[in-house]
Amino acid sequence: MPSVLPPLGAVLPELLLAVSAILLVLIGAIQGEKSANLINGLAIAALVAAGVLVLLQPGTTVVAFHGSMLVDPFARFMKVIALLGAAASLVMSVDWLSRAQQARFEYAVLVVLASLGICILISAGDLIALYLGLELMSLSLYVVAAINRDSVRSTEAGLKYFVLGALSSGMLLYGASLLYGFTGSVNFAEIAKVATQPSLGLIFGIVFLFAGLCFKVSAVPFHMWTPDVYEGAPTPVTAFFATAPKVAAMAVFVRVAIEALPNVTHSWQQIVTFVSIASMVLGSFAAIGQRNIKRLLAYSSIGHMGFALVGLAAGTQEGVRGVLMYMAIYVVMTLGSFTCVLAMRRDGRAVETVDDLAGLSRTRPLMALLLGALMFSLAGIPPLAGFLAKYYVFVAAIQAGLYALAVIGVVASVIGAYYYLRVVKIMYFDEPAEAFDGMPGELKAVLGLSGLFTIFYFVYPAPLIEAAGAAARALF
Amino acid sequence: MEIGLSHYLTLAAILFTLGTLGIFLNRKNVIVILMSVELILLAVNINLVSFSAFQGIIVGQIFALLVLTVAAAEAAIGLAILVVFYRNRGSIAVEDINAMKG
Repeated sequence: MPSVLPPLGAVLPELLLAVSAILLVLIGAIQGEKSANLINGLAIAALVAAGVLVLLQPGTTVVAFHGSMLVDPFARFMKVIALLGAAASLVMSVDWLSRAQQARFEYAVLVVLASLGICILISAGDLIALYLGLELMSLSLYVVAAINRDSVRSTEAGLKYFVLGALSSGMLLYGASLLYGFTGSVNFAEIAKVATQPSLGLIFGIVFLFAGLCFKVSAVPFHMWTPDVYEGAPTPVTAFFATAPKVAAMAVFVRVAIEALPNVTHSWQQIVTFVSIASMVLGSFAAIGQRNIKRLLAYSSIGHMGFALVGLAAGTQEGVRGVLMYMAIYVVMTLGSFTCVLAMRRDGRAVETVDDLAGLSRTRPLMALLLGALMFSLAGIPPLAGFLAKYYVFVAAIQAGLYALAVIGVVASVIGAYYYLRVVKIMYFDEPAEAFDGMPGELKAVLGLSGLFTIFYFVYPAPLIEAAGAAARALF
Repeated sequence: MEIGLSHYLTLAAILFTLGTLGIFLNRKNVIVILMSVELILLAVNINLVSFSAFQGIIVGQIFALLVLTVAAAEAAIGLAILVVFYRNRGSIAVEDINAMKG
């Protein structure tokens, strides 16, 4: 007799996150606002524990809940990166939370709930799980963006994100309904069996579905929310936005394209190629005029999503491996950059313009060195980690015959290097501004680890390449 | 005249277009945007239920029920964010959402 109980072991990390979110709300409700730091610590522990559980799962593909949840090496790889990003951004918010007016225990709980949504999204095996995971993530993120509820900018960021996010969810859902209607199934594997010929209804479904996904990865032409939300939301929240949700959205983008629509590659390849080129070009040009470092990093992340999508546009196993490596390295570099933004405080007040970094090499040489290395890496200069990430996606694109895409990507990367190098120039050659306040220990730790990874990744790249390769193989 | 699947799909497409236009053309009030979002989700539900009914595959109706539930949560969160924004800004006109350029 078959077991009545579904294979719960496969979703143990998700169960852990769900239970800990409920327990954390209870603790917060009993202890009140003063428990914000305790709850933050417990939330970090829960995220790390979920990451460890993901790593302990066997390396095979498990199908749970009648195909709704897929736990394969691909999902495990992306979950580990996303949980790492979420946990690190909570570590980075310790100092921010300890300032009195921001002591809100809901923040950490919402991040745990968003991480739960992220894990479901990454593991989604059908359109329903995809939608529910996406909404659990998005609804938590709308609130997190507006967490600083006494600030006009934070609430405005939340409102803008909500309006555009709801629109994109609607488009994604409309696409999902068409895809379901024209293939007769919501399961990715079933859709792949039926969707062998590109029909009109199918193409409409793909376009709407991909439009919704493009919004979530903030790819052009659905990027409008990114700079405003990055600027308006509190900086630790921005660090979270730039890492874990991007990883999840990219993971589900890859999974839908490769697993549900492998027989109509030509239909979606054009869309992904266009979106990728537009994101790379806009990310490079629009960032040049930015004075606010959070807006600059927002355009930078738009550009990086474009580079990651180059790998998906290739549509091959090497391409997917490139996307996976790109996301892993992008998360580490982004976390490091945001620790520097968080450390930009004078007399207890946060400063956010690029010019505030002037002469950092003389006031804080080590921070300037690490931030400089991160900027070089984001620009893609060898032998730093960011170069290797770009190398793998471009090689995949060339192997797939997408020469124009690879050439435009390299050109965009060179143009983008201008504004990254400008930051380095301001830090090293401009007259020093007043020194920043001391950097809290946890920020130092995150910045140090991120900088060391970025600088020394090329010495021993094999583990990440192998893990990404195994993860990519699981999809083909 | 027999009402077939294509009629339902056309209705849903019209509602979806109206909802999308309502978000982009609306220059007055954020509440209207929330109504437009609901309209979009309604169009999706009509799609799902009509596909499900005409093809005899029940999963579309289950999907529609889940969409309804999530739509309620989404509206609640949207209104809550709108209330905090109103407290800070004193207005919910679309043209007043301009603290940041963009």
